Amino acid sequence: MAKGLTKKYLDFVAVNGIDFAVRRGESFGFLGPNGAGKSTTMRIIAATLTRSSGEIKILGKDPELSGPEIRAHLGVVPQQDNLDEALTVYDNLYIYGRYFGLSRKYIRTKIEELLEFAQLTEKRDAKVEALSGGMKRRLTIARALINEPEILMLDEPTTGLDPQARHILWDRLFRLKEQGVTLLITTHYMDEAEQLCDRLMVMDKGSIMAEDSPSELIKKYSTKEVLEVRFGSDRNSEISNQLHNLCERIELLPDRILLYADDAEKVLEEIRKAGMHPLTSLVRRSSLEDVFLRLTGRSLVE
Amino acid sequence: MIVNAAVAIAESRIGRIGNSVYSGRSRAVIQRSYLAFRTSGWIVVATGFLEPVMYLFSFGYGVGKLIGDIEIAPGHFVSYAAFIAPALLATSAMNGAIYDATWNVFFKLRFDRIYQGMLTTSLGPLDVALGEIGWALLRGLLYSIAFMSIVALFGLITTPWALLAIPAAVLIAFGFASIGMAVTTYIKSFEQMNLVNIVMLPMFLFSGSFYPLTIYPDWLQLLIKSLPLWHGVVLIRSVSLGVINTSLIPHVIYFLAMIGIGLFITTKRLTKLFMR
Repeated sequence: MAKGLTKKYLDFVAVNGIDFAVRRGESFGFLGPNGAGKSTTMRIIAATLTRSSGEIKILGKDPELSGPEIRAHLGVVPQQDNLDEALTVYDNLYIYGRYFGLSRKYIRTKIEELLEFAQLTEKRDAKVEALSGGMKRRLTIARALINEPEILMLDEPTTGLDPQARHILWDRLFRLKEQGVTLLITTHYMDEAEQLCDRLMVMDKGSIMAEDSPSELIKKYSTKEVLEVRFGSDRNSEISNQLHNLCERIELLPDRILLYADDAEKVLEEIRKAGMHPLTSLVRRSSLEDVFLRLTGRSLVE
Repeated sequence: MIVNAAVAIAESRIGRIGNSVYSGRSRAVIQRSYLAFRTSGWIVVATGFLEPVMYLFSFGYGVGKLIGDIEIAPGHFVSYAAFIAPALLATSAMNGAIYDATWNVFFKLRFDRIYQGMLTTSLGPLDVALGEIGWALLRGLLYSIAFMSIVALFGLITTPWALLAIPAAVLIAFGFASIGMAVTTYIKSFEQMNLVNIVMLPMFLFSGSFYPLTIYPDWLQLLIKSLPLWHGVVLIRSVSLGVINTSLIPHVIYFLAMIGIGLFITTKRLTKLFMR
């Protein structure tokens, strides 16, 4: 789908020559810290941003040459809701359908279906201003579905929502996936990526750091389990030197030490045998978050 | 491939000139304005209509009492109210268009992200520009009809040609709305928006709205004649008084040029703002 895709602005490169391909019906996630180039990539795919160089084909077409046709295939859920605040829920859906040139009759039937899908049937005549964050998000998604898109693009779909609202959204998105809609999702929530995505691309500073299914990424870039131990801030670094050979990889953080191993319990036992007694210890399964932090680093880049 | 209705519609336009910026659906953008207006727009319409009417009464009848009749051509006198009424119509066409194309557009552009949403559909930037301007014109048309009715009611209309003042007002509004929207795409803050007012008010006061231009020295007359409102005032004043001849053509061309340039710049700018 994309080859050597690059987006340059005057003084920096937002997306630096990336290659990737998304299969039809797949749920594909773009993962990365703020400023990694996820949204920029999404906007280029959505034919609302021109690229600086490289090639990209959406459903076999170049977005720069066939913008309107490609956009007719897409549903777009931007990072910040851009609902029409002056209109009601119903009118928002209606007018969006009209932007695509859809017939009134088609839109009216479709709206009923979408209101149901987004659990907003009772709010149909409410003004958008009056909706909660979760409702607005669902409405934005419903709106993006008015043209029955083949590809739904979601830019951080659940940022800022409470856990209930997030789970409802995930459920709705999962249903769409079952119906064969291709999902392109950017997120920096690991649980979201794990829940929704068949395949992930981890991006940092405009480049691809890794690309695979969530479980493969964990296998490749982390161990099965992780042991977290604390010896107190001042003793951590001193002790970590003695732990190196107990595990595959060790990471020293200001407040704790992370030991990556396939059997974390065993490592913990050995630490205790060696006469070191951590203040707290935690054995857990390795997660996507470990992969993410390993690939994109722990320091804040903003 | 799932071919949905929206795709079929978009694909039917492949190969047409300008199909990347225009999809022939500016009506949907106008309809959006109408839907928003249904709930809250009446106050703005009422004030837009009342402004010229109040000017007409205070200046036309108040100041008019002191001034008496005005000689607009050798031997041709009209009452002061009849003299300024066309100018007020031209001005209200200008103000209404500018209000819609600057403040409204500015807000939607910078805060509401409404155009951003529109442009992720298969609409193009020219649809948005034409739709927004089209809405401004519909309102301008409404104002003009209402104002002309009042003017007629007070017996200030003497010729059926005066009906042409309504399409003339719409043409003037179109010109101002196009340029106004183009300018707005460059504006970044509320402070800069005030610059628009700084241009509009003197244009209203000095463009021969309240007195004939002949009282100015030549150089000042030339300056005023290069500004759009003067052309609007002359155009509407001429048709209102039944003076229809080829001297009106340059004024019409002036506004057609404003429309063309305004639309061109607006489309370019919207493309740049939202697609780059």
